[in-house]
Amino acid sequence: MIQTMPAAQGEARRLGARAGLPPATKPLRDSFGEALLEVATQNPRVVVLDGDLSNSTKAETVRHAFPRRFFNIGIAESNLVGVAAGLAACGFIPWITSFSSFLLCNAYDQLRLAVAMSNINAKILGSHGGITLGKDGPTQMGIEDFALVGGLPTVVMLVPCDAASMKAAVRAATEYVGPVWLRSSRVALPPVYPADGCPLTIGKANLLRQGDDVTLIACGIMVAAALDAAAMLADEGIEARVLDLHTLRPLDVEAIVAAAAETGAIVTAEEHLLTGGMGSNVARIVAQHRPVPMRFVGLADTYTESAEPDELLRKYHLTADDIVAAARAAVQAKRKG
Amino acid sequence: MDIHGLCNIARQLRLDVLEMTTLARSGHPSSCFSATEIVTALYFGGLMRYRPQEPWWPERDRFIMSKGHAAPLLYAALAHAGYFDRSLLWTLRQIDSPLQGHPIQALLPGVEATTGSLGQGLSVGLGHVLGGRLNGLDYRVFVLLGDGECQAGQVWEAAMAAAHFRADRLIAIVDYNKFQETGPIAREMALEPLAAKWESFGWYVLEMDGHDMTAVMTTLTEACRPPRPGRPTVVIAHTIKGKGVSFVEADYTFHGRALTSEQAARARKELMS
Repeated sequence: MIQTMPAAQGEARRLGARAGLPPATKPLRDSFGEALLEVATQNPRVVVLDGDLSNSTKAETVRHAFPRRFFNIGIAESNLVGVAAGLAACGFIPWITSFSSFLLCNAYDQLRLAVAMSNINAKILGSHGGITLGKDGPTQMGIEDFALVGGLPTVVMLVPCDAASMKAAVRAATEYVGPVWLRSSRVALPPVYPADGCPLTIGKANLLRQGDDVTLIACGIMVAAALDAAAMLADEGIEARVLDLHTLRPLDVEAIVAAAAETGAIVTAEEHLLTGGMGSNVARIVAQHRPVPMRFVGLADTYTESAEPDELLRKYHLTADDIVAAARAAVQAKRKG
Repeated sequence: MDIHGLCNIARQLRLDVLEMTTLARSGHPSSCFSATEIVTALYFGGLMRYRPQEPWWPERDRFIMSKGHAAPLLYAALAHAGYFDRSLLWTLRQIDSPLQGHPIQALLPGVEATTGSLGQGLSVGLGHVLGGRLNGLDYRVFVLLGDGECQAGQVWEAAMAAAHFRADRLIAIVDYNKFQETGPIAREMALEPLAAKWESFGWYVLEMDGHDMTAVMTTLTEACRPPRPGRPTVVIAHTIKGKGVSFVEADYTFHGRALTSEQAARARKELMS
């Protein structure tokens, strides 16, 4: 049965609407392409390597502007990563770009030895992270990147949540000396930060909303969902703190422990498998330093399917409603004490 | 240096590898012995430009030991060339030593790449060539591959890309000792026709007896000046696993196994004779 929604309800369902965020204007990957062009323009040591997907990742911006510093290595991710390692050894800053799932699953061995173990100054763009690439289906979706990059102990992990944070993350990754992983996605995300107004320090979570009853810790698309959830919880008298955990390694231990101590309950939200995901790493910090009730929003042990992004988010429980339900449960557990 | 001098260095490197792996009670001496003349010619035959006191000199020629299990041979050559003190060699595989069982990039001066998962070195070498081109430098990059390693898909990804990018400063050398871990290559996973495979990927192919020092010098010198600009070069070196020690040559199960101290004494005698 096809259900039609009243217009008002449709607008309310738009990601970020309840939090008062303006509508999204462009896909996150477009912001990546713009930011990559910016750092390549400013720094002649930046080179870009592509696995024949630059029109999808938007690394093509550099191909057009600086063809000499752009290499399409073809559909050969293992070689792609190895060649990048050689370029890094020559003093260049290679941006390795492809789909998250193809890079990690075809070239994990090369990322492990030639990048992580060698601790080289390479940057890795894993695009099409999460399930919101939609109709291309589960073969293309990167739902295990946090877990797999988690297994590369020297690699910094960044997950931008909007256009401004993508630009800030590409700048920060390029300036940082050492290997960095950056997640991008196909979906358009509403602006959480003003354009060019995202403060992004690697390893320092951004406090987006103050609150004392529960903390919502989110990354990527789930940041806007968490802000929506906080607005809905406020209507019930629950004041939620919201943290944008844009860096998954190194974790902001201080902000996580403060959240546990000051709000007494934590909900994590991520577009990733719960096993090995952001929430399980946050839980390790909480359990060790300040145990409080926690709930987790993310993908249960399952692959998803081809569909519209918002259909997938609803079916696989990655919405503001899911965060609200988890927050209620966490607050209830806290009160039972 | 003349051929006789190079042969003496090769003998010294084999003795060092024997000592290192026997002390460590582990390692792959037989895989080092098949490549000893090749590595000797590159480092001491005047084929490579390098500065041990300035190990990361941007204009240096690069050597990448893609068959990472021959790490002891690389370490012995680097010590002999003066990159670090020889006494470090006896710490191979011991706690707190930079001489890891397989090489880790830059953990020691002169170690260009992390290898040990076979198949990776040629790609890294290609990256060095492309980097040299961007930097306006014309150094060469030598990559030593195992024969079994040529079973890995990444080697052929890199071979295809090197020809595509006209990486004629890239020189691959295949240590074709005819054995892999579990048995003869021809029985386990045949490579032939190996020369034709490289040829069809767009490479200039040379073959040599990898233990005849005169042939090694002549062939590697030719590899540095290939007649076909734009083509990368591969040298297929026909070698003997365990070369120089009769009872190791005769037994491929020595792969991944150090000699006992009694066997080492016998081997030392053979190598000195």
